[in-house]
Amino acid sequence: MLTLQSRVPPGPLEDKWERHKFDMRLVNPANKRKYTVIVVGTGLAGASAAATLSELGYRVVCITYHDSPRRAHSIAAQGGINAAKNYQNDGDSIFRLFYDTIKGGDFRAREANVYRLAQVSVNIIDQCVAQGVPFAREYGGLLANRSFGGAQVSRTFYARGQTGQQLLLGAYQALERQIGRGAVEIHPHTEMLDLVVIDGRARGIVTRHLLTGQVQSHVGDAVVLATGGYGNVFFLSTNARNSNATAIWRAYKRGAAFANPCFTQIHPTCIPVSGDYQSKLTLMSESLRNDGRVWVPRQGGDARPPNEIPDAERDYYLERKYPSFGNLAPRDIASRAAKQVCDEGRGVGPTGLGVYLDFRDAIERLGTRVIAERYGNLFEMYQRITDEDPYRVPMRIYPAVHYTMGGLWVDYNLMSTIPGLHVIGEANFSDHGANRLGASALMQGLADGYFILPYTMGDYLASARPPAVDATAPEFRCAEAEVADRTRRLLAIRGTRTIDSFHRELGAIMWDKCGMARTDGGLREALAAVTALRAEFWRDVMVPGAGEGLNQALEKAGRVADFLELAALICRDALTRTESCGCHFREESQTADGEALRDDERFSYVSAWEYAGPDAPAHLNAEPLDFETVHPSQRSYK
Amino acid sequence: MDLTLRVWRQPGPTVPGRFVDYPAQDISADASFLEMLDVVNERLSARGEEPIAFSHDCREGICGSCAMMIDGVAHGPVRGAATCQVHMRVFADGSTITVEPWRSAAFPVIKDLVTERSALDRIIQAGGFITAPTGGARDANEILVAKDAAEAAMDAAACIGCGACVAACPNGSASLFTAAKIAHLGALPQGQPERSRRVLRMVAQMDEERFGHCTLFGECQEACPKLISIDVIARMNRDFLRACTSPPASAW
Repeated sequence: MLTLQSRVPPGPLEDKWERHKFDMRLVNPANKRKYTVIVVGTGLAGASAAATLSELGYRVVCITYHDSPRRAHSIAAQGGINAAKNYQNDGDSIFRLFYDTIKGGDFRAREANVYRLAQVSVNIIDQCVAQGVPFAREYGGLLANRSFGGAQVSRTFYARGQTGQQLLLGAYQALERQIGRGAVEIHPHTEMLDLVVIDGRARGIVTRHLLTGQVQSHVGDAVVLATGGYGNVFFLSTNARNSNATAIWRAYKRGAAFANPCFTQIHPTCIPVSGDYQSKLTLMSESLRNDGRVWVPRQGGDARPPNEIPDAERDYYLERKYPSFGNLAPRDIASRAAKQVCDEGRGVGPTGLGVYLDFRDAIERLGTRVIAERYGNLFEMYQRITDEDPYRVPMRIYPAVHYTMGGLWVDYNLMSTIPGLHVIGEANFSDHGANRLGASALMQGLADGYFILPYTMGDYLASARPPAVDATAPEFRCAEAEVADRTRRLLAIRGTRTIDSFHRELGAIMWDKCGMARTDGGLREALAAVTALRAEFWRDVMVPGAGEGLNQALEKAGRVADFLELAALICRDALTRTESCGCHFREESQTADGEALRDDERFSYVSAWEYAGPDAPAHLNAEPLDFETVHPSQRSYK
Repeated sequence: MDLTLRVWRQPGPTVPGRFVDYPAQDISADASFLEMLDVVNERLSARGEEPIAFSHDCREGICGSCAMMIDGVAHGPVRGAATCQVHMRVFADGSTITVEPWRSAAFPVIKDLVTERSALDRIIQAGGFITAPTGGARDANEILVAKDAAEAAMDAAACIGCGACVAACPNGSASLFTAAKIAHLGALPQGQPERSRRVLRMVAQMDEERFGHCTLFGECQEACPKLISIDVIARMNRDFLRACTSPPASAW
């Protein structure tokens, strides 16, 4: 049984981080170069951490499966990054950003972590501007802001619709500078396939080189995982195609607790699936709901073109159900409502899994020109993908998996339950509770990488003083052999089903039974189906090609094998949490009018799952959440 | 749709490659070009044949992974789009489509349609950054940036590093890529202290990587999925000349 020590420092909320920074031990500048830190992943969190640790003087080994660090999926984030600068003088503050984030997460995050996030948010913007991130500006030269995700203040900084790209390129350039100086050793085309733990501490990783197939050990004094989220468990998501859970999953199997795996965010406005060939889903900015009206036909099976359906025969269901918030109901609510009408057989489009987002009234009221100014680029993107003109025909949208709040459990120092293994960015569980607010993912990734981990890493190394080890240690040899063996096993199956057919089937199970609405019975069915699918995978999958050289099918097979295991843990977590909160909606736990019903009495905790071996069920540990500053309340949008 | 794909297959960097024809039948016109390749690959896999290797990731035109010559055009027939943003409806039913990797001395083929583009990272390493170690930054609003300067910087910074400019250039020049970064950072006040050093070092690295020289064909801006203008190359050349004629004492 694990002991979950959150290591939240004592003292008033506002002083905890300052005080902790002083209390932490430092590594002498001359000693820093004696320590090697392995950073896996080069997205916002990984690139910023690797660059900063290197600037401080540590030896950094950086691992990415991409050909270049700049390809990490942070690059695709559109909207913006929050910071409590209060540049707009509209009443924002660190406390308000903290409060909004805690409440938005439906009171399932740690207060101290979230407060620190809000504190360092202001430093992030300073840092990024110094690096040359071309944020949007006002005519006078000051930074521009916009409101986002229903916040009542304008605290979001942005670079057109490419904020993630520009922030990542800032961190990437800082990282490349260190690589050019010889201070960071970069390993592109390299995938982490195991974590090596010696004497209870994370001491390295085992990787496979994707171009040569070579299995190699990397030894370090600490390991940092910045490997992103696991939304691709669902097959279709807004994640990049290669995003996967393998690094965190292998760490979990080496003893790192996995927290809140069932907290998976589903975004309401994505372009619907159009056919079996579909490989991923594309997000359409939530801002469209400011002017678009969401509806489906009153009658199921109404095959008329949308413009021929009179108003009396349309159901503007968000406006009907949530008169005060209407089309601007929060993400989780809007997503569930769309699923409901489609389940009733009233969905639209060729697959029946879609709802209309109609700009007819807005165009009548404001004119095409105004709508084009506001949403022109989004309309163009939509038309490019669907070949339909949203100025004439309502858009079709449907919810899609977008982000995972769950991840490896970490303490206040961002260290997992394995000493020396730190986890940052989307890969950890730390700050978003059961629901993430818009423009907060970029903030968390950079907070962890630039401003938190570089401090806490020093404290760990100065306290632990890890003894010297090398790659000949039996633990490394053993992990290498296991990695090589697993590759051989995957290639030896030579079955009859393609890897994608398994992944697609897994996604369908998870989406149907562990997606926007979950029930005890459904989750049990999902568990059984996933377990059976996993057995079939290892019996009947066809992985063509060889283990040497580039084999993208082999890469995919390893990732899908891990998704099949992780899916079962997600279902078990969802099964044990019999309350509804944030993204997690248990149909058994709802109010009389169908809203999510939290159960603070029984579930005000972080679930932290502990691996118990290949054949035993994972063990559930709970970290209780104490709210000293904010009092949990029920959200209402009627 | 029923199509024929003529695809460059090359097992490895040192093995000669060749074109192989594959039928691509019953493809949805709404599928993206990469989804069409997924379908072809899944059919190959089901038969135990090796799928066609190609780079891809975000599939929304921003990561810069996907990179194919489609009928001799970098990223194919749609202007201002990466390969992943090309949909099959732009091709005629029954057509034969030729698919090749980027062709450039600086981008060796790894396998099939996958090329090694780390030369672009090394150009960034040489000077494509502003030296601003974490922690010392002053308040962001103390640096005023005129709106048009910020817009110009953003236009150039939109580069996704895919290498289409190199693939499209008859000389195999990486000038658009390099100049876009120089223009981005040079448009901002934060980028001024290193401006001369940056251009000298990045241009030197570009030469070292065996990219060709720019003779202003302009093919690069036509192929660029972000439609970055060759104006940035003029800017780079001006910075380069200025740096050469009055090198700052600290630059080398």
